[in-house]
Amino acid sequence: MKRVAMAGALVAIALTAAGVASGAARHHAAPTKLTVWVGWSARELAAFKKLAAEYQKANPDVSLSVVGSINDDKIVAAIRAGTAPDVVSSFNSYNVGIYCGTGGWIDLSSLMKQSGISTSMFPPTTNYYTQYGGKKCALPLLADAYGLYYNKTLFKKAGIAGPPKTIAELTADAKKLTIRNSDGSLKQVGIDPFIGFYENVPERWILPWGGTYTDSGGKAHLATNSAWAKWLTWQKQMIDWYGYKNLVKFQAGLGDEFSASNAFEVGKVAMNLDGEWRVAFIHAEHPTLDYGTAPMPSATPSLYGSGYINGTIIGIPKNGKHTQQAWDFVKWVTTNTHALAEFSNAIKNVPSTTASTHSKELVPDVHFATFLKIFANPKSGTSPIEASGASYTNAVQNFATKWQAGQVKDLHAGLVTLDKQLDAQVAQAKGGGVP
Amino acid sequence: MSPWLVGFSVFFGYPLVFSAYLSLTHYDLLSSPRWVGFANYRYLFTIDPQTWTAVRNTLWLIGVLVPLQVLSAFGLALMLARARQGVGIFRTIFYLPALAPPVAATLGFVFILNPATGPVNTILSHLGISGPLWFQDPSWSKPSLVLLGIWGVGNTMIIFLAAVLDVPRTLYESAQLDGAGPLQRLRYVTLPSISPVILFAVVLGVIQGLQYFTQAYVAAGVAAGQASQAADVTAVSLGYPLDSTLFYPVLLYQHGFVDFQMGYASAMAMFLLVVSFAVTLVIVVNSRRWVHSGAR
Repeated sequence: MKRVAMAGALVAIALTAAGVASGAARHHAAPTKLTVWVGWSARELAAFKKLAAEYQKANPDVSLSVVGSINDDKIVAAIRAGTAPDVVSSFNSYNVGIYCGTGGWIDLSSLMKQSGISTSMFPPTTNYYTQYGGKKCALPLLADAYGLYYNKTLFKKAGIAGPPKTIAELTADAKKLTIRNSDGSLKQVGIDPFIGFYENVPERWILPWGGTYTDSGGKAHLATNSAWAKWLTWQKQMIDWYGYKNLVKFQAGLGDEFSASNAFEVGKVAMNLDGEWRVAFIHAEHPTLDYGTAPMPSATPSLYGSGYINGTIIGIPKNGKHTQQAWDFVKWVTTNTHALAEFSNAIKNVPSTTASTHSKELVPDVHFATFLKIFANPKSGTSPIEASGASYTNAVQNFATKWQAGQVKDLHAGLVTLDKQLDAQVAQAKGGGVP
Repeated sequence: MSPWLVGFSVFFGYPLVFSAYLSLTHYDLLSSPRWVGFANYRYLFTIDPQTWTAVRNTLWLIGVLVPLQVLSAFGLALMLARARQGVGIFRTIFYLPALAPPVAATLGFVFILNPATGPVNTILSHLGISGPLWFQDPSWSKPSLVLLGIWGVGNTMIIFLAAVLDVPRTLYESAQLDGAGPLQRLRYVTLPSISPVILFAVVLGVIQGLQYFTQAYVAAGVAAGQASQAADVTAVSLGYPLDSTLFYPVLLYQHGFVDFQMGYASAMAMFLLVVSFAVTLVIVVNSRRWVHSGAR
């Protein structure tokens, strides 16, 4: 009887404990709310939210709140104010030097190691633009590859068989495709190399010319790297051929880049340097446009096929509240082949792991395939990652805009001054003040 | 502690002292400020290639816009003071632009002055005139901003109008009896009587010129075609075209909030504070020679 009573008591205790545990489990089942900030908006934001919902379905212990239209200003302000979300992403890598250098975005190295994530999963260029100073503070979340878009209808009208591969061909085709009004103003432009127009920035144009920014010691060497002078000279000659003022006036009458009035989409420019995402924009806005995509023409044959690469980066801010859960999501969204392929299909950005570029889930698209090849090309490159962040490339762009306007009389002397300015800027950003 | 002292300390004294401290540090907004002494000031005055461009642009704006604003506000006030019919309507028409938010007004100006599609150049072309590139041309961008500034001169005009209407009629009658013509009455009666208001308008105009930001920021962004790319930090639209609208506060904003160098931006702000104070002091001290206060 005593044994029976003892057994009954044990059963009762066990049941009570199970009940408590079950209650506790129910209590803990309340999902952790993760806030994710991204730069996308409209159609692209909806695609990312769909992806987040898929993650949430598979991971009911977290609840994702995705906020779009975020830029770097907002990210820095939030980190500074201690109100940063759990996960942050930036549209490009220009400020990685700042995020990693200051610790604003945490170093992901230990989390990657703990999860068995190796940098070898990502192509070298994306690895370069997601680190600085030995800190891996971001991972690529899809990538952007830049190439040439050309209007096949306008090419046929001008009697041009295919896209140009060399600078000489590009120059000749651009001139053939340009149409002027009776007063000399521009009606249609072959290619607009004006820095500041749409996606035209020096770092995207210089790659097919073989230009680099720094020497082995990390000092700016635009004056001695001959590609810069060659590209800038060609660019100025083209602008002078159009007429600087003609081109400015022509551009003032063009539609917004990210609208259905985009100059390439409406046939105002016959060729355009643009990112792979334009494929999705054209599909959505002008599905009947007869166009092709190709790598940018290059100065030397060996560089043909390469191009500029950059892309969205994602990381965890230093004062994020749920680092482990945030990492789980970051890991999934940046390394899961299915997730990357699905998101790539939705917004037509390049999937950013080597494995995902070969995913069978990727919807075949002849226009988009060009950018997958550019992304995989070992000679493709990206922007320099420096402590001074975006202001480094902005300074180069500032110089190029003055040059194209004819305000720089001596190109070499101008580049020498620019090199000094860039080095001084980096020293200043590192906190050294005047070098 | 009196409420004003609390307000002064919290909203003015503390930010001022803290800015002065930050100007002597390397502060990137994300890590703690690090003491660098006067390095930011040395960089500002000896290396930053944009500093003197911004200073020149700001001085140009003050030198051109402030006199034109004062003259146009005064001229309009004189005309409105003389109007006999439709006074209310004219006052409303001339004051109305001052109610337009600066961003909306700037967007409107960039639109109507668009060299390719704007109505101004379209009308000019019908008259056989090839219009300028306005906000797209470095030699026209600042004059375009001046036009915008004059268009919105309503607030200053109202103050001038009140001052002009406040001049005692007896002074004009006495001058007229002494044989003074319209120009002499303006020179010897109106101007001395409203000189404190002129001083006020000049000081206010100069301070606003030193802090000129919103219109330049919006005009450059829209004219450069970058307005829709809020997330694109690579856009070098600040100062577009060719740094012609890069005013000192715009450069300060760029360093502080685009380049994230708040220590350096604080040094720029301290320099701006000193210059503002010095310029105001010079104007006020000089004004003793030409401002006639009622007490004298």
